[in-house]
Amino acid sequence: MSELKRKDILGLEEMSADEMELILDTAQSMREIIDRPIKQVPTLRGKGILSLFYESSTRTKISFDLAARYLSAGSVGVAKAGSSLDKGESLRDTVRNVEVMGPELVVMRHPSGGAPHYLAKNVDSSVINAGDGYHEHPTQGLLDMLSVRQKTGTLEGLKVAIIGDIFHSRVARSDIWGFGRMGSEVVVSAPTTLLPPNIEETGCRVEPRVEDALKDADVVCVLRLQLERQKQSFFPSVREYHALYGIDARRLALAKPGAILMHPGPMNRGVEITSDIADGPQSIILEQVPNGVAVRMALLYLLLGGGE
Amino acid sequence: MNKILIKGGHVIDPSNDRDGIADLLVEGNRVAAIGDQLTVEGAEIIDAKGCTVTPGFVDLHVHLREPGLEYKEDIASGTRAAARGGFTSIVCMPNTSPVIDDETGVRFVLDRAARDGVVRVYPAGAVTKGQKGEELAELGLMYEAGARMFSDDGLPVISARVMSTALTYSKMFGVPISTHQEDPTLAGDGAVNFGRISTLMGLPGMPEEAETVMIARDIELCRRVGGHLHIGHVSTARSVQLIERAREEGINVTCEVTPHHLTLTEDLVKESGYDTNTKMKPPLRTEADRRALISALRDGVIDVVATDHAPHSFDDKDKEYIFADNGITGLETAFALLHDRLVLPGDIPLDRLVEAMTTAPARLLGVEAGSLKEGAIADVTILRTDSEWAVNPGDFASKGKNTPLVGWSLTGKVETVLVDGNIVLRGGELV
Repeated sequence: MSELKRKDILGLEEMSADEMELILDTAQSMREIIDRPIKQVPTLRGKGILSLFYESSTRTKISFDLAARYLSAGSVGVAKAGSSLDKGESLRDTVRNVEVMGPELVVMRHPSGGAPHYLAKNVDSSVINAGDGYHEHPTQGLLDMLSVRQKTGTLEGLKVAIIGDIFHSRVARSDIWGFGRMGSEVVVSAPTTLLPPNIEETGCRVEPRVEDALKDADVVCVLRLQLERQKQSFFPSVREYHALYGIDARRLALAKPGAILMHPGPMNRGVEITSDIADGPQSIILEQVPNGVAVRMALLYLLLGGGE
Repeated sequence: MNKILIKGGHVIDPSNDRDGIADLLVEGNRVAAIGDQLTVEGAEIIDAKGCTVTPGFVDLHVHLREPGLEYKEDIASGTRAAARGGFTSIVCMPNTSPVIDDETGVRFVLDRAARDGVVRVYPAGAVTKGQKGEELAELGLMYEAGARMFSDDGLPVISARVMSTALTYSKMFGVPISTHQEDPTLAGDGAVNFGRISTLMGLPGMPEEAETVMIARDIELCRRVGGHLHIGHVSTARSVQLIERAREEGINVTCEVTPHHLTLTEDLVKESGYDTNTKMKPPLRTEADRRALISALRDGVIDVVATDHAPHSFDDKDKEYIFADNGITGLETAFALLHDRLVLPGDIPLDRLVEAMTTAPARLLGVEAGSLKEGAIADVTILRTDSEWAVNPGDFASKGKNTPLVGWSLTGKVETVLVDGNIVLRGGELV
């Protein structure tokens, strides 16, 4: 496969292994550009990219902006606070405005599952989902896969353990579908209140005890705990969560020797992950970030026909 | 006197155990005769050969949106939608703006229905003032003004004490209290059924127990204090079990099911790609729930079919899934959908479906309807059960075009409708 035959990137659930392979290979080449002293290439000169962030984001937004800049595309962003997104403008009107401004690609993050799908149905521009509710975060899934593949060479046959709030995590869903399609075995573990019903249908296995999930894992992906979930009674206290599901050196040692440790960020140090391992030799958390830029460059390139 | 002779149709009248070819003579606003080969001087003849003739349909659950929400629907458009769907009597829910919670409101609806309506309208009055769930509304005065059901539909009666009082008080009028069963602490901001679809689509889910704990509670209240508890739009297998057991114990509880919960499941949310026309309360459930609802309807545990016709404007639905309004239209597709999806495959016999849409709801409501006996009020629906058509909301009389059935091909068409002896629909067209 040498080109991506789709207009939008809405999720990994509907993406084939061949497509993912192409994106990861392309991202790997992009990663080489990022590591050069002069990072900008003229590939997407004259292309317009608009980002619409209905939820706050630092990392993802910056990552898309840098990806656009490195490829010489023009990128403008709208964040929720103080913009028309915050003034009750309907999604339809936002969409119609987007249409007449004519960007080639729109990046959207939104608190409702399906909002980027709505956008994609209604505009000619390509749409990349930068996170919709707790549905999918496909670029995060891809950058996680890229980061692991750089270390292991393949995703086939790996055991990937995802630990944390699976219920409210779009990262978890994209990781499960992505790694699963590439031949990894995905195991999830979470307090029973943070495990969504029928999660096995995504193709993962559930291990109620975190120790069982970690056993012999090649990859440990720790999810961010949203601390406000405590107020909604999903868990009694941060202290208890840390005691039962926090990943520390002792628990990480249950995984294979040299297992890869990931976290999508931002981290709550001392809660879902301890500093010694987050900053330790097994952690690739800081590798995930430039890989995020590389994956987004790859998608911009593949969707905007940079080859022309 | 106006005379209409409906000739040669297959008459199904569950009130009279009639199920066969017969002629039906209407004189004035009454059924004058029913029998073989009737001939009458000067009667208008309706050739019903190949058609099914039933009592006019009765719908216990309709949102007419007037007063206050006329941009979604009004009594003129909603009653025309009813007629197109074969319904001749409908109960309209009081969650309007303002809420129908006093006799003035009830009289307003009845006056408007008399002026603008084309079918019979029975207003439901709110159970509590402003549907706030705190103080009882003036049930007695609303009853005297013409309310034939009480409901806070759209919202649950959260306080068990208020619900208990309402059931107790309503016994004076013999009017059912229809409930919207949804424990708000369990339902939360749920947009779809809590289960595989909420997980796969990353949408907040509403668990079945949000419905069933309230049903269990109200059954217990009804067991103690009496009254007539009518459970609106049951949607889960467990709901049906609870109701069946309560009835075996002799508790006066009835229930209804919507055409959409009988024919659609949560899978449609995914298949449709987040189509907000699949969003409603209670949400579409699982196939196992749907099968249980069908069995319960067939066996009579579920008494009636009611549409929960919930029209919304384009803008109210054209939103992100979690922000879109709840509800779908039902009046103009109910019969065809049920006939096509349940009767034709053999899940529900046609005569049972007709009973659940005519005689049963009429009896439950205690109004004169649902019968074609001699002397009965002449509300008649004539159906073509072999006629196939495609759902096009642009053809709806309802202002609400919100249905996920767009383009569905359905077999079963409402041909002609008489209300009070007058033809209001002829050949599928409003008169």
